Amino acid sequence: MTHLVEMTGIEKHFPGVHALRAAQFDLAPGEVHALMGENGAGKSTLMKVLSGIYQPDGGAVHVMGQPVTIHGPRAAQALGIGIIHQELALMNDLTVAQNIFIGREPRRSFGRLDEARLNADAEAIFRQMNVGMDVRAEVRSLSVARQQMVEIAKALSFRSRILIMDEPTAALNDAETNELFAIIRRLRSEGVGVVYISHKMDEIRRISDRVTVMRDGAYVGTVHAADTPIETIIGMMVGRDLETVHVDIPDLGAAPVALEVRGLCRGRAIRDVSFSVKQGEILGFAGLMGAGRTEVARAIFGADPREGGEIRVHGKPVAIRSPRDAVAAGIGYLSEDRKHFGLALGLDVRANIGMTSLERFRSALGVLDEPALERTAKNYIGTLAIRTPSDRQEVRLLSGGNQQKIVIAKWLLRDCDILIFDEPTRGIDVGAKAEIYRLMQSLAAEGKAIIVISSELPEVLRLSHRIAVMCEGRLTGILPGGAATRQEDIMHLATLRPETARMATTKDAIQ
Amino acid sequence: MTSVSAAVSAAAKPASGAQQKLLAFASLIVLLVFFSVASPNFLQTSNILAILQATSVNGVLAIAATLVIITGGIDLSVGTLMTFCAVIAGVVLTYWGMPLPLGILAAIGTGAACGFISGSLVAKMKIPPFIATLGMMLILKGLSLVISGTKPIYFNDTPSFPEISTGSLIGQIVPAVPVPNGVLILFVLALVIGYVLNRTVLGRYCFALGSNEEAVRLSGVNTDAWKIAIYALAGGICGIAGLIIASRLNSAQPALGLGYELDAIAAVVIGGTSLAGGRGSILGTMIGALIMAVLLNGLRIMSVAQEWQTVVTGLIIIAAVYADMLRRRRAAG
Repeated sequence: MTHLVEMTGIEKHFPGVHALRAAQFDLAPGEVHALMGENGAGKSTLMKVLSGIYQPDGGAVHVMGQPVTIHGPRAAQALGIGIIHQELALMNDLTVAQNIFIGREPRRSFGRLDEARLNADAEAIFRQMNVGMDVRAEVRSLSVARQQMVEIAKALSFRSRILIMDEPTAALNDAETNELFAIIRRLRSEGVGVVYISHKMDEIRRISDRVTVMRDGAYVGTVHAADTPIETIIGMMVGRDLETVHVDIPDLGAAPVALEVRGLCRGRAIRDVSFSVKQGEILGFAGLMGAGRTEVARAIFGADPREGGEIRVHGKPVAIRSPRDAVAAGIGYLSEDRKHFGLALGLDVRANIGMTSLERFRSALGVLDEPALERTAKNYIGTLAIRTPSDRQEVRLLSGGNQQKIVIAKWLLRDCDILIFDEPTRGIDVGAKAEIYRLMQSLAAEGKAIIVISSELPEVLRLSHRIAVMCEGRLTGILPGGAATRQEDIMHLATLRPETARMATTKDAIQ
Repeated sequence: MTSVSAAVSAAAKPASGAQQKLLAFASLIVLLVFFSVASPNFLQTSNILAILQATSVNGVLAIAATLVIITGGIDLSVGTLMTFCAVIAGVVLTYWGMPLPLGILAAIGTGAACGFISGSLVAKMKIPPFIATLGMMLILKGLSLVISGTKPIYFNDTPSFPEISTGSLIGQIVPAVPVPNGVLILFVLALVIGYVLNRTVLGRYCFALGSNEEAVRLSGVNTDAWKIAIYALAGGICGIAGLIIASRLNSAQPALGLGYELDAIAAVVIGGTSLAGGRGSILGTMIGALIMAVLLNGLRIMSVAQEWQTVVTGLIIIAAVYADMLRRRRAAG
């Protein structure tokens, strides 16, 4: 039987990143083939190559047995390849039918649109899908699940034989997921091949025939979904070749609790999250993308409103309604996006370090005490080993690691003793990473309470004294740090959905 | 207070664009009623025609600006482009002595060509529309002055030229309503562009680009080409505005034009077109342009000083943009 798709030896480089290394994938007619891997494993990149959004730097793509070069989205459509993107790519101000046929509107003379045929054609597609839909409704007015149906209808309207779905259920509830799976099964029975990218283990078992796992941009292996234990797939995803790093976990038995969070809630993003961090402790937060870790940090910091929950700092309840309140309580948040939220890139090191503490450096008339600012900046440049020619250097000219240190200095100067690091080493090279780790460890040793959110499991394992794991807005478990915890344990908790969560707890209790 | 605003926002949810248009229309009616009561001269046929005449140039420019703004862009060059097209018409008709149809073609063609350049700067060179068209605005202002030698070009050799704006085709058929041609052009153009926006591929892509450009691109549409086409169409419309204003003044005034772009954008915004793109209508823009003209005319009739007229216009613009912001916030929340 000819495969619908065969990709072999696919290479893709981005500036500074080798995104795909000899990646391979194949798809048979009438199968659902799941593509799995950790964040950044290269799943989406590989599928963007297949759908013409990226051009590969090497390798071969065969569609229906023929070698092809896919120059762009339009070429992919012509080959019968449809993709449903992770972020829905719809035009909110247009109607359902207008969205489905964008770029292929039925026309009459002089570029006039044949709106009647447009709507009739769109209705025909939804009839074929067995989905009721008002094709004249504006997409803005639809729920996310209904918008997903529009995306699927759009992909089907190209008579796609190959349908790529990138995390299609990320925003769907269980009933909507069931509806989606019914459609996928119907398509499969009609001979359509479906590529299904998802992090959710139980879904993979329910819907897919085969599973291909990728890691670090490379192909790891392909297994049958039905007879492969989840543990095996997780093992393939995380790999076993990582050396274990010894973590010194201080005895914090007598240390006072610095931050306590109870019953934190916000919509679907954060569901009843409770935990505490002691002075001198590093608490890691692990989980897959969209698990709600950043949302928790932002809610604690007052950057997003929270719907429920109590926050106590040093045992006293605090009312945090804005970042201002959080800073006053001694909480500092180091955003994952330093360039947007952490630094004023065009200003110099001195100005950035003093940014949140200017009140302290001004006279009654608001004149800044530059000599004092300079002394302070030079002090931090020394203690944090910030490599910069002077305190007047523009921050944008420094490396990522040194920029991160400036953000840290800023919060230290503000007397924050609870620091939340969100992806602290993103975009920082390996050597500087180790330095940031050492800095965080010494801050903890001084008695600061530190929360680290990271998508890189080795980073979480290397730093954390305890590891909190989240999945879909829930805290699914808190594991001890150090050698006691393996990556597989974390991945297991990170993919625990509610129905399986209960079983896991009882199993643990029996053990 | 809260219940009222809640009711308003609930009503605004399903069709907030239509609501803003309705609000604009209601404001227009209120203004008309207010000025009719305040001054007996206001509702005279001659005054109504003067208001329409005053709307024609700003209205045409606002139609051009509407197209670009719906794509999520902005065109700051519409005013000086209008003048530049008028100057080109002067060169062709007066300096070179060509026949009138060639002058008209030259003006509209020049507008389309300049729009093509602006569109290319935005689509191909990825220069933000604000900057690209700001640059074009200054370039065209300078070129108008250079080409004309900073002096007005009169159309005395083309006797039928003033007819473009001030003659009345309608008046020849129905003498009782001598609607000037400039106003006729405005309304015909509004109908045509309204049709283009709602019934043609080009119009569909205006809304689609303003709504989610990346999604349109991923759908395999040549977004760059369409964007350039939209800017070129807007430029051609500016050429028409150039003909109307030159015809009314019987001269191309090279120093004119700066400031018209802001009046045009104001009319667009007052008419409920979202500056964020994706939403808007020609009907709304027409109402917006009429509100501005009625307001200025009414204040003048009531003998309000010119400087205060400007202040009121400013207030109206801020109020309209604030309404746009509120609408977007509701749509987001």
